[in-house]
Amino acid sequence: MTSSGTATVTLPNDTQILITRDFDAPRHLVYKAWTTPELIKRWWSGDRGEVTLVEVDLRVGGMWRYVMVANQGFEVAFHGEYREIVTNERIVSTEVFEAMPDEVVVNTYAFTQQGGRTTLTILVQHTGQAIRDAHIASGMEAGMQEAMDHLEQVAVSLR
Amino acid sequence: MARAATTADAFNAVAEPRRRQILDLLATGERPVNDLVALLGVVQPLVSKHLRVLREVGLVDVRGEGRQRMYRVNSRPLKPIHDWVKGYEQSWSERFDRLDGVLEELKAMEDGDDQ
Repeated sequence: MTSSGTATVTLPNDTQILITRDFDAPRHLVYKAWTTPELIKRWWSGDRGEVTLVEVDLRVGGMWRYVMVANQGFEVAFHGEYREIVTNERIVSTEVFEAMPDEVVVNTYAFTQQGGRTTLTILVQHTGQAIRDAHIASGMEAGMQEAMDHLEQVAVSLR
Repeated sequence: MARAATTADAFNAVAEPRRRQILDLLATGERPVNDLVALLGVVQPLVSKHLRVLREVGLVDVRGEGRQRMYRVNSRPLKPIHDWVKGYEQSWSERFDRLDGVLEELKAMEDGDDQ
């Protein structure tokens, strides 16, 4: 198995997170792995549990839903709606963590190919108010993106 | 639910853009409040108010030097924020590592189809 790179996470502003990762595969394959239920099941939970359900209705206005049973035994579910689909290039979809149904995040997934490699960027757009509320509801665990603009830079500069 | 005060912790304290600006300025070195007022182009009471919030969560330390009070950043309370970002990065890295494995298989299948 090749390790193509590490994910980088940056915080462009108060309400966004940008995740970038390179893959050693052409983008139509990355897109396929990203959108095919039986393949999603194999990677989406990472090391944190087992994916038990993946529903993908890949059309504008179609819904998606992923369910995972975490290693600790509890169930975690997310769902959303596809807003924009450009096959092999770009997906815009909403995302709701079902334990926090009031917070809707909009994710933009962009797949770009160079040579045989693919760069995936994920732009996570929160609404500021929702993040504040999520923070207050859950302490430091969730949704603290708002607070982090520039903060890593500051932290790094002080190391 | 009652809203937490803005001074409750470092997360909230740095949610305010002007306070982040102050931290960015102090990150380059210790400064008196007058410096901050000049650099930010806002009135002193506003800068002092933000400095007070930052001091209350421990993000800024102050010491007297003659008649001036010198402010500097204390990065320790930033660690939970830094850790949060790292945790987020970690969970995505795990996913992507698994995705690498799936992609290797897809590539092998495609190569097989071509022959």
